[in-house]
Amino acid sequence: MKYSYYPGCTLHSTAIEYGWSTEAVCEALGIDLVEIEDWNCCGASSAHSLDPHLALALPTRDLMRAQAVGADIVMPCAACYGRMAAADHKMRSDSAWRKEMEAEFQTEYIGAARPRTLVDVLGNDLSPEALAAKVKRPLNGLRTVSYYGCLLIRPPDLTNRWDDPEHPVVMDRILKALGAEPVQWAHAVECCGASLALDRADVVTVLSGRIVQGANDAEADCIVCACPLCQANLDSRQKGISPKVPVLYITELMGIALDLPGRSKWFAKHLVDPRPMLRRKGLE
Amino acid sequence: MTTGATASLSSAVRTSAASTAGNAQRVDPSFLPTVEALSHENIRRCYYCLKCTAGCPTAYAMDYGPAHVLKLVQLGQKDKVLQSKAIWMCVGCETCWTRCPNGIAAGHVMDALKQMALREGYAPAERRVLVLHRQFLTSIRLFGRVHELSMLALYKLLSGDLFTDLDLGARMFLRGKIPILPERIKGMSKIQQLFAKRPRGQE
Ligand code: SF4
Ligand code: SF4
Ligand code: SF4
Ligand code: SF4
Repeated sequence: MKYSYYPGCTLHSTAIEYGWSTEAVCEALGIDLVEIEDWNCCGASSAHSLDPHLALALPTRDLMRAQAVGADIVMPCAACYGRMAAADHKMRSDSAWRKEMEAEFQTEYIGAARPRTLVDVLGNDLSPEALAAKVKRPLNGLRTVSYYGCLLIRPPDLTNRWDDPEHPVVMDRILKALGAEPVQWAHAVECCGASLALDRADVVTVLSGRIVQGANDAEADCIVCACPLCQANLDSRQKGISPKVPVLYITELMGIALDLPGRSKWFAKHLVDPRPMLRRKGLE
Repeated sequence: MTTGATASLSSAVRTSAASTAGNAQRVDPSFLPTVEALSHENIRRCYYCLKCTAGCPTAYAMDYGPAHVLKLVQLGQKDKVLQSKAIWMCVGCETCWTRCPNGIAAGHVMDALKQMALREGYAPAERRVLVLHRQFLTSIRLFGRVHELSMLALYKLLSGDLFTDLDLGARMFLRGKIPILPERIKGMSKIQQLFAKRPRGQE
């Protein structure tokens, strides 16, 4: 299976362990990721807040460049995904805009490749049986809560409904195939407020704190997420919460279950160190 | 627009505007159509069911929740809306759009209102939010990608918010999560052209 790959800025910096684990897991599963050549930042919430033209033109440059690969574009960041999906939708639905962008980038937009989020690919293009067949170290006894946040599965007008926007199940399905015990909780689709992380830390502390507390209420061993911004927020805003809850990327748990090398390097990047919990569960 | 709830609400707003004669708000009849055109959202379809506000993660920190903002737009309360904190506190999570029975994306309206406030010279009620957005875009204009370290340094200097989360930044830095050098893409001339096309007031 071949995909074009858009890592986004954070997979080279604050979420480097997500980048490493994504690449390792995809390689082990026979998923060929071809990075878009010379990709640029999607503009995230800053572009759509201040400038509607840039907000669409920036990701459109990436969509155009991805066409060289000729396969769906997979991205691990929910915020990137939201912007790419919005830009792709605009290109498909507004022909005047499409012509303007085709002239801007001197490229025709075929629209054969769709922006997809990494969990969609891992959970929907790959069957749970095929995944389970590759598991070497089942995550037995690991109680997990799946955290989607917002833009991974919202708005349904842009996501093609790869999962239900209010009651998503794909991450739990993957975790079950790995042998883990996903448990129900109330915060799977609550937003953590990441875009205010720096300028209104007080708000983000409230929102993220509630989510982490929810994981404790569900007696989960860890929160599982699939977005670098969600992870950074939940991992860093745990002051006053006891016990602290490790926040793992779904690819990291897949890495354990598939017994991939180099894992300790990933876990060393976390603020709430997941290794003591993994050791307790015999999963380090 | 003509449901009982809406009618009584609009009369309530009018009465309260009239009873506080001193700071009565100017009603701008062109406000609603202008905001609808800028946001591409059909705001008059809102019947104030409040579902958006109920699910909005930051409504508790807003002066008016998203439904209230839409109502004020319907009523032509331009100054109130463009001076509000609400428009800057929206994080664009699309929860409101996902849940609105009328398919209205209140978050897109919030974005259009931010842009209008800047164009028309209204001081942002949450200045730091604007400073951060601008530094984020500056990073893209300079490198094509975001460089956290320089973006954070500029944000800290320009916002005056020097000390919040310095310890957190240090912990991330020590774990090697904040690269010192930026990644600069090759296609910078195109990125700069895209930035050069921005309308006045947004640079
Ligand atoms: S959303 Fe985040 S990761 Fe994605 S490209 Fe933009 S800054 Fe980079
Ligand atoms: S930060 Fe909030 S808005 Fe962004 S992806 Fe995570 S949950 Fe969604
Ligand atoms: S959910 Fe829709 S109709 Fe209901 S108040 Fe919000 S915008 Fe209006
Ligand atoms: S998009 Fe904005 S207004 Fe809508 S729910 Fe999210 S934060 Fe609230």
